[in-house]
Amino acid sequence: MTIETDTSTTYTDPGVDGMVSDWSSDRQTFDLPWGKLMMWIFLLSDTFIFSVFLTGYMNVRLSQTATWPNTSEVFALEIAGTHLPLILIAIMTFVLITSSGTMAMAVNFAYNGDRRKTAILMGATALLGASFVGMQAFEWTKLIGEGVRPWGNPMGSPQFGAAFFMITGFHGLHVTAGVIYLSIVARKVARGDYEKKGYAIVEITGLYWHFVDLVWVFIFAFFYLW
Amino acid sequence: MQNVAIADQIDELHDPQTFITKYIWSQDHKVIAIQYGLTAIFVGLIALALSGLMRLQLGFPDAFDFINPSDYLQFVTMHGMIMVIYLLTALLLGGFGNYLIPLMIGARDMVFPFLNMLSYWFYLVSVIVLLTSFFVPGGPTGAGWTLYPPQAILPGTPGYDWGIILMLVSLAIFIVAFTMGGLNYVTTVLQARTHGMTLMRMPLTIWGIFTATVLGLLAFPALLVSAIMMMLDKTLGTSFFMPALVSLGENLDYSGGSPILFQHLFWFFGHPEVYIVALPAFGMVSDVLATHARKSIFGYRMMVWAIVVIGGLSFFVWAHHMYVSGMDPAFGFFFATTTLIIAVPTAIKVYNWVLTLWKGNIQLTVPMLFAIGFIFTFTHGGLTGLFLGNVTIDLPLSDTYFVVAHFHMVMGVSPIMVLFAAIYHWYPLLTGKMFDERLGKIHFWFTFLGTYAIYLPMHYLGFLGVPRRYFAMGSMDFIPDSAQTLNQSITISALIVGFSQLIFLYNVFVSLRNGKPAGHNPWGATSLEWQTPDVPPRHGNWGPKLPQVYRWAYDYGVPGAKEDFIPQNHPVTDSERTAGEHDA
Repeated sequence: MTIETDTSTTYTDPGVDGMVSDWSSDRQTFDLPWGKLMMWIFLLSDTFIFSVFLTGYMNVRLSQTATWPNTSEVFALEIAGTHLPLILIAIMTFVLITSSGTMAMAVNFAYNGDRRKTAILMGATALLGASFVGMQAFEWTKLIGEGVRPWGNPMGSPQFGAAFFMITGFHGLHVTAGVIYLSIVARKVARGDYEKKGYAIVEITGLYWHFVDLVWVFIFAFFYLW
Repeated sequence: MQNVAIADQIDELHDPQTFITKYIWSQDHKVIAIQYGLTAIFVGLIALALSGLMRLQLGFPDAFDFINPSDYLQFVTMHGMIMVIYLLTALLLGGFGNYLIPLMIGARDMVFPFLNMLSYWFYLVSVIVLLTSFFVPGGPTGAGWTLYPPQAILPGTPGYDWGIILMLVSLAIFIVAFTMGGLNYVTTVLQARTHGMTLMRMPLTIWGIFTATVLGLLAFPALLVSAIMMMLDKTLGTSFFMPALVSLGENLDYSGGSPILFQHLFWFFGHPEVYIVALPAFGMVSDVLATHARKSIFGYRMMVWAIVVIGGLSFFVWAHHMYVSGMDPAFGFFFATTTLIIAVPTAIKVYNWVLTLWKGNIQLTVPMLFAIGFIFTFTHGGLTGLFLGNVTIDLPLSDTYFVVAHFHMVMGVSPIMVLFAAIYHWYPLLTGKMFDERLGKIHFWFTFLGTYAIYLPMHYLGFLGVPRRYFAMGSMDFIPDSAQTLNQSITISALIVGFSQLIFLYNVFVSLRNGKPAGHNPWGATSLEWQTPDVPPRHGNWGPKLPQVYRWAYDYGVPGAKEDFIPQNHPVTDSERTAGEHDA
């Protein structure tokens, strides 16, 4: 749908002027539904939040004087008599990445108009997310049982517990919020609430979910593997 | 499904019916703007009263028994925090941003009105939490607006117990509120412009607000995270910012944290915050100057680039607030350099404002007086910034009244001059009435001259080395007695300026009833907000059809035009076409 407009800005220059006039765009800058753009901007802001969390963590890790606990041992589990370092975190990471896959499939089915499959896949994504949070709760319980507290722990630097609970807690809150968000949207998709408005909302929800997964990858790399 | 631009969508606007949906739980950006504005001005008055109390103590030490040293520190802290965050940020973005963005770009409302409404209510909650801290045991925090740890959360600092917790909670809620509003402002500017309103035809007001909001969305996260970390340090006993300490002869349980980390995080927010306040002011003053000088803004494109460049650079200068904290000389050099580079686009803006006035048909209306006043205060405040941006000059001046004078001139008084200009300028649109011109001029002269009476002597106190934040000077050899006389004169000026704001309040409220009807477009302005079918604009702003924009926002004094201005929604005439493209 186009409306005849006399913008009288017809720059033909290929240089900077041309680029500026392209970007200064009549009516809208990006050919996107506003909700999608708003989610992107929110995620940019949220990226800064997590970057600051991680920067803060790295800074205290460098400034503290006690020894930093060996993460691969702290997060090891005995399964069937075998000592497996970082196994729980590996499973959690796998679950979360898998949930990104089901989310992407849900977006595809949403744009193809298959409401049932979309809702089922979003539900599956939410379930995987919930199981991630469940495993995180297990991990927290285990560490608390071993005496790890935000203000100190038997393995070494007190900043280890502080950073662990703060960063995984904040990420866990994001996942939990995502699970709730996914469930609400999935239910509305199943009811057919978006038949008129279109299914961009599924993609928007997906953006948030992929972001939460991506952040986890960074937390995994910087906190658990370092 | 094909995406349809917002300007092309068919509206389904339902006018709010009940009193409550119209004025209280309103989703109309104009009502939300006024709610933001009134709340911000209300807390601003509290902060003004606090500064009066501080000045009483400084001007007449020992004369007022009811101000003791810890009260004084609490006044300093709350004055600073309220003025910077809860007044300036909220009024400029929540107030003017909300009111002007949809009107100036030709939209019916923000893209997500419900979120916009939530934004205001979260802001109100943050203000209530903040004010609650005056009534809790120990009172509000007295750690200074920078809230530096370790002292902010340790005994000995007033409000180290309840006060600091409420402060941090309030800030966190404020940031949530700002994020909800900010997402709306940015997305609305990008996606909801009307036909013909390209980015390079937007009034500079919108450019300023837009860029400032982007800065806010990227800078507030640092404050949020540092608030969370300090909160954990305070309540759970973590040691993010707390090194091993001996306090009152006792070893504390903290160890291994970094107080400098907090300073970095705080100023990574804190410096962009200066521009979050300044950029909307830059934008609005440009529009006021052009309108009342009846002349197009000088160098529109350069003004836009300057706003964007200042915004970008503002993320690379933060450590100039930390020269005395100690840093590698190479970093000092880096941050001094970036600080001085930021002066270039800023100076471009000042030259362009002055050149806009040059040979203009200057109307000395009240908004114009405040706008010209801003050029003075901003230039003076900006020049002292060059002193403080250089490491070697900053070291002796740091933490003296020179710094106080500098930042009050540049980011206290200057944005407030613009706020007054803006309130007087847009008052006829908001209310449909004219304010009293004579009272407005009296208000201007008291405020403008008073500003200089307060802050010029403070520079001198700073050169003497008088430290800031002290409850009383006592007798120090290096401070002559005349410094006290100066302090008295500053206090008297400050009280006069403070009370003269009552003229403003009286004028604003009485003119609501007694003011002459303003009619359409009393200033003869070109931008879209003055071209609405109704004054004040109704819900949905534009009646049945969105305006169509044909030109930039600064067609003043066009040769051959019927009047000396052509609004943005008037088509380009044939005579203009032959006279050459007049388009940005």
